[in-house]
Amino acid sequence: MLNNSPYVRRPASVTRVMGTVLAALVPAIGAYVWQFGPAILGQLLLATLTALACEAAMLAARGKPLRLFLTDLSVVVTAWLIALAFPATAPWWLVVSGTAIAVVVAKHLYGGLGQNTFNPAMVAYAVMLVAFPALMSQWPSALPDAITSATPLDALRTGLREAGASVASVRADGSVFGSLAGRGWEWLALAYLIGGLLLIQQRIITWHIPVGFILALAAISGAFWLADSARYASPVFHLAAGGSMLGAFFIFTDPVSASTTPRGKLIYAAAAALLVYLIRVFGAYPDGVAFATLLMNILVPLIDMKTQPPVFGHKGDNKV
Amino acid sequence: MSSYNYRDIFWNGFWRQNTGLAQLLGLCPILAVSTSFINGVSLAIATILVMAMSNATVSLLRNLIPYEIRIPVFILIIAALVTVLDLTMNAWLHELYLVLGIFVPLITTNCIVLARVEAYAAKNPALPSAVDGAAMGVGLMLVLAILGGTREVLGTGHLFAGIEMIIPGAQAIQVLPADYPGFLFAILPPGAFIALACLIAAKNWYEARQKHAQLQEKIGGVPAHHHS
Repeated sequence: MLNNSPYVRRPASVTRVMGTVLAALVPAIGAYVWQFGPAILGQLLLATLTALACEAAMLAARGKPLRLFLTDLSVVVTAWLIALAFPATAPWWLVVSGTAIAVVVAKHLYGGLGQNTFNPAMVAYAVMLVAFPALMSQWPSALPDAITSATPLDALRTGLREAGASVASVRADGSVFGSLAGRGWEWLALAYLIGGLLLIQQRIITWHIPVGFILALAAISGAFWLADSARYASPVFHLAAGGSMLGAFFIFTDPVSASTTPRGKLIYAAAAALLVYLIRVFGAYPDGVAFATLLMNILVPLIDMKTQPPVFGHKGDNKV
Repeated sequence: MSSYNYRDIFWNGFWRQNTGLAQLLGLCPILAVSTSFINGVSLAIATILVMAMSNATVSLLRNLIPYEIRIPVFILIIAALVTVLDLTMNAWLHELYLVLGIFVPLITTNCIVLARVEAYAAKNPALPSAVDGAAMGVGLMLVLAILGGTREVLGTGHLFAGIEMIIPGAQAIQVLPADYPGFLFAILPPGAFIALACLIAAKNWYEARQKHAQLQEKIGGVPAHHHS
């Protein structure tokens, strides 16, 4: 028997959504191991085990069914994002306590799956960055003989501020910088991009947030770069450095804490890009993705309220 | 003259209407000064003195103060008492005075002081008013001690830092291992908010459990099924 349109899409289960996100992170993990060594694998395992233990403890305390929520993989996604966002050189307790804060405080104290106002992984990152700034700013080096180095964003800012050098002369240091952005980091960015495109192709996320974020970040950094290319890095650098790609596809797109309306998603992503740029270039933190996420999470209810699409059949006059 | 149940007055200020956990008044000093145990408790002691004295003074003068201008008069009385305390601390506990800084003069503006003067001392005799003020202050001390102690241990790994300002020769105690890295977040303002929220949650949880137990006793020990 033939069916006629319109068809109703069966909503994807949480397990399928989260499983696809995990699969989309695999290229990045591969690039990470290739460029920075296998330490990340231990960190992923540590974060996953901590997250599952905290999730089980909180579910038990709240009288929720264990099996249903433990197997939905959502907490594993949080754990993997934390493991990828934290420096792989971080001591084990930093990852464990960060993951515990994400699951216990940011997820369950706010009401559990689907209720959290803030992105749990970014809460963990922000808390740990504020508490242990030195440990959170040291990253594994892409060079075989060095163990840690500053991130490309940090090295660029320090070089510009303290030495008064130009972008080109700071970036001549090949131990930290590569051809696009940071040595090793550009491969990671590419891998996140590939994983993110997979998410869009699988309809796990819509195009609005990644495209909005990337275009806005390119526009803002492009404007500064055109005005003074000696003091401001190029848009390509900003897109390939730090957590831009991880944020664009995996962090800002969090279905719970991000904006949900199409126009709202574009506003959300563009404002996040502006915050990322301001924090990176004029702030003192290694990257702006975490703080931009948390600040924009606060604004989501307002953005969503002001950008409700018209109800089907009305001509856009249903004012809220 | 009616008799006052002082135990009840004390319990009211210390627990039932606790300024930090139930009334949520005077949060500014609670959050700002609770970075260490000694800071918190010293400010709480200063507040206890001010609250007991201001409640007693206002209570004695309550029939002389015109109703319409009572608030400015109350504030003047409180401010005068705080100034006395401020100068006294400056003279006798100078180091502690420097640490607490602006928060000693700011006791004047702590709304819990004015709230008790207005809500209790203006309507009751001097002795119960003084007990009420002191009890509220002791309740504040409970919160500041727990909050300050927790934040200090989590943030630095030791407890009672600065005790030598009050007891000469005494020393801080290292609670956690010496190589504890120090969870700076606990000392920073967000740590204060989160720690206070946990304390309030703990009080609510304890009271909910007690209420539940009382209810069960009343209905004859039948276990309630309330699993979701």
